[in-house]
Amino acid sequence: MTTHLPILQVIIPLLAAPFCIFLRIPRLVGIFAILVSAAAFLVSCGLLQQVITAGTISYKLGGWPAPWGIEYRIDILNVYLLLLVSAMSTIVLVAAQTSIKKELPEDRHVFFYTSFLLCLTGLLGILATADAFNVFVFLEISALSTYTMIALGTDRRALTASYQYLIMGTIGATFIIIGVGLMYMMTGTLNMYDLAERLPEVNTSRTVLSAFGFFIVGVCLKLALFPLHLWLPNAYAFAPSIATAFLAATATKVAVYLLIRLVFSIFGIEFVVTVLPMQEIFMVLGLAGIFAASVSAIYQLNIKRLFAYSSVAQIGYMILGLAIGTKLGLVATLVHMFNHALMKAAVFLAIGGAVYRIHSAQLIHFAGLGRKMPLTMAAIVIGGLSLIGVPLTVGFVSKWYLVLALLENGWWPVAILVLMSSLLAVMYVWRTVEWIYFTPPRINIDDVTEAPLSQLIPIWILVLANIYFGLNTSLTVGLSKMAAESLYGIFGGVL
Amino acid sequence: MNILGLYNYWIVVVLMLIGFYIVIAHENLIKKLVGLSIFQTSVFFFYISMGKITGATAPILDEKYELYSNPLPHVLILTAIVVGIATTALGLALVVRIQEAYGSIEERDIQEQDAHDQLECQLEAYGPSSMEISDEQEQDE
Repeated sequence: MTTHLPILQVIIPLLAAPFCIFLRIPRLVGIFAILVSAAAFLVSCGLLQQVITAGTISYKLGGWPAPWGIEYRIDILNVYLLLLVSAMSTIVLVAAQTSIKKELPEDRHVFFYTSFLLCLTGLLGILATADAFNVFVFLEISALSTYTMIALGTDRRALTASYQYLIMGTIGATFIIIGVGLMYMMTGTLNMYDLAERLPEVNTSRTVLSAFGFFIVGVCLKLALFPLHLWLPNAYAFAPSIATAFLAATATKVAVYLLIRLVFSIFGIEFVVTVLPMQEIFMVLGLAGIFAASVSAIYQLNIKRLFAYSSVAQIGYMILGLAIGTKLGLVATLVHMFNHALMKAAVFLAIGGAVYRIHSAQLIHFAGLGRKMPLTMAAIVIGGLSLIGVPLTVGFVSKWYLVLALLENGWWPVAILVLMSSLLAVMYVWRTVEWIYFTPPRINIDDVTEAPLSQLIPIWILVLANIYFGLNTSLTVGLSKMAAESLYGIFGGVL
Repeated sequence: MNILGLYNYWIVVVLMLIGFYIVIAHENLIKKLVGLSIFQTSVFFFYISMGKITGATAPILDEKYELYSNPLPHVLILTAIVVGIATTALGLALVVRIQEAYGSIEERDIQEQDAHDQLECQLEAYGPSSMEISDEQEQDE
């Protein structure tokens, strides 16, 4: 049983998704979805324990050995993210039970859970597989179910947001298969680790360069790197709150993971930084994303859209960490992936709690809510402080490692810019605080009360995690360091 | 190997660019999806061309032949075709819903209606004094 954990990780939610349709009764399906997600989480925990004690796990699907069959390979990097994704989905699903009752018509609940589980399958699949084409398949599973979830939003703009994401997401995924195809042409293999061995021989060919180009543009579209982020703000703003919380916490992180795999495990960091000026490109785009998106966030009227822009900015920090190209930079990126998932899930779930009560995500309708729903609003504020990077929160840990990595590399002007960008975060978070606490209510909120307990508990688990992992960094930083060591270990060299 | 000898790859590139151009340049949501399909189809051609080996036959084992084309890219692209169908179907379903919600499938009409909604939000938030600013913004766009 335990030897089959890698495939169980993916197949449990995959098989459970169609089963939801047969269960039919929304309440039952909701509980079933939580159980499935919790099972996936337990499997991740099992995998983590196996990887730590026995090292990288290689699982051959159907018993076919690696270059011919599809291989699932779980190393410390995968398992770190598998844990994150399955934990987030479980927490978010608990809050979903009540939240979607107000946001979706009754007959759509079952479909929502079905696409949620399919999306989870896709994300876990991308993380687990070591086959480049398999990545594309899982990418499309997660993407198609994401489009569905976004389109379930009540506002009609959810439909256009979903359509826009469908167009851009499909272009991104198609770019990725073009890249995979070109790599296959040169090497005759689709296995990532086989590719890593064979690519250096044909490194200088133009085919490999264009493969790299197509792949990286496709992945950057998926992870919403500025200026390819245009699909993200509307998609997050108009999707049901639960979908937003889940996607903000996991989907872009998985795309960042894919980028890390591509750069470190397939092509190798030496190829990436010597043949192409990727360091400079990532640095410039990362910084541009941080500033442009943070400034846009300040002017938003819709609170979900505000934090969606903030997500684009946070992705800029992750890319900046990668751009440094050192072990410490990679650690900063990995830590921030985990931490950002915690903050954004907390913030979006808390917003979902408020939307549950006031049926609006307009910032002005949040006026005065600070008195009516103190616990829910406090969660938004703590999440916001974490986004700024205030000490005692996880955001501080991320920024600390990022600045440390920048300084270690002698990029002090960039470090100063990163610190300055926190001021922009202060501005958009303050704007939220100002509306919530210091503005008289604009709409009738007399009978508004705290969000229901089934939402408040997941929200506060996440908020406390924000503080806990801000104080005790042994899990996040420890695993990130191990992952960074192993990624650099493959090619043996630090720049 | 002359340039014309790789004609199938030229077709791939031309189709890819046509598809991409349609997605970017057309305002009609259905035309965009058509463009997207052409774009994806070019990739199918690309994979299928890749598996072809000159002088080889279809990969069915037989004593008479020794050289077979590579079946793997063809199998891969079967998966991609299924994904493409799913994407197009979902896209068309969304267009139907958009038509119901907005009464139009022209991107410009939809954007105008969205901008109108946005303006109302702004009006509610900041009062009429903000209207001047938003008017200017509209002109800039």
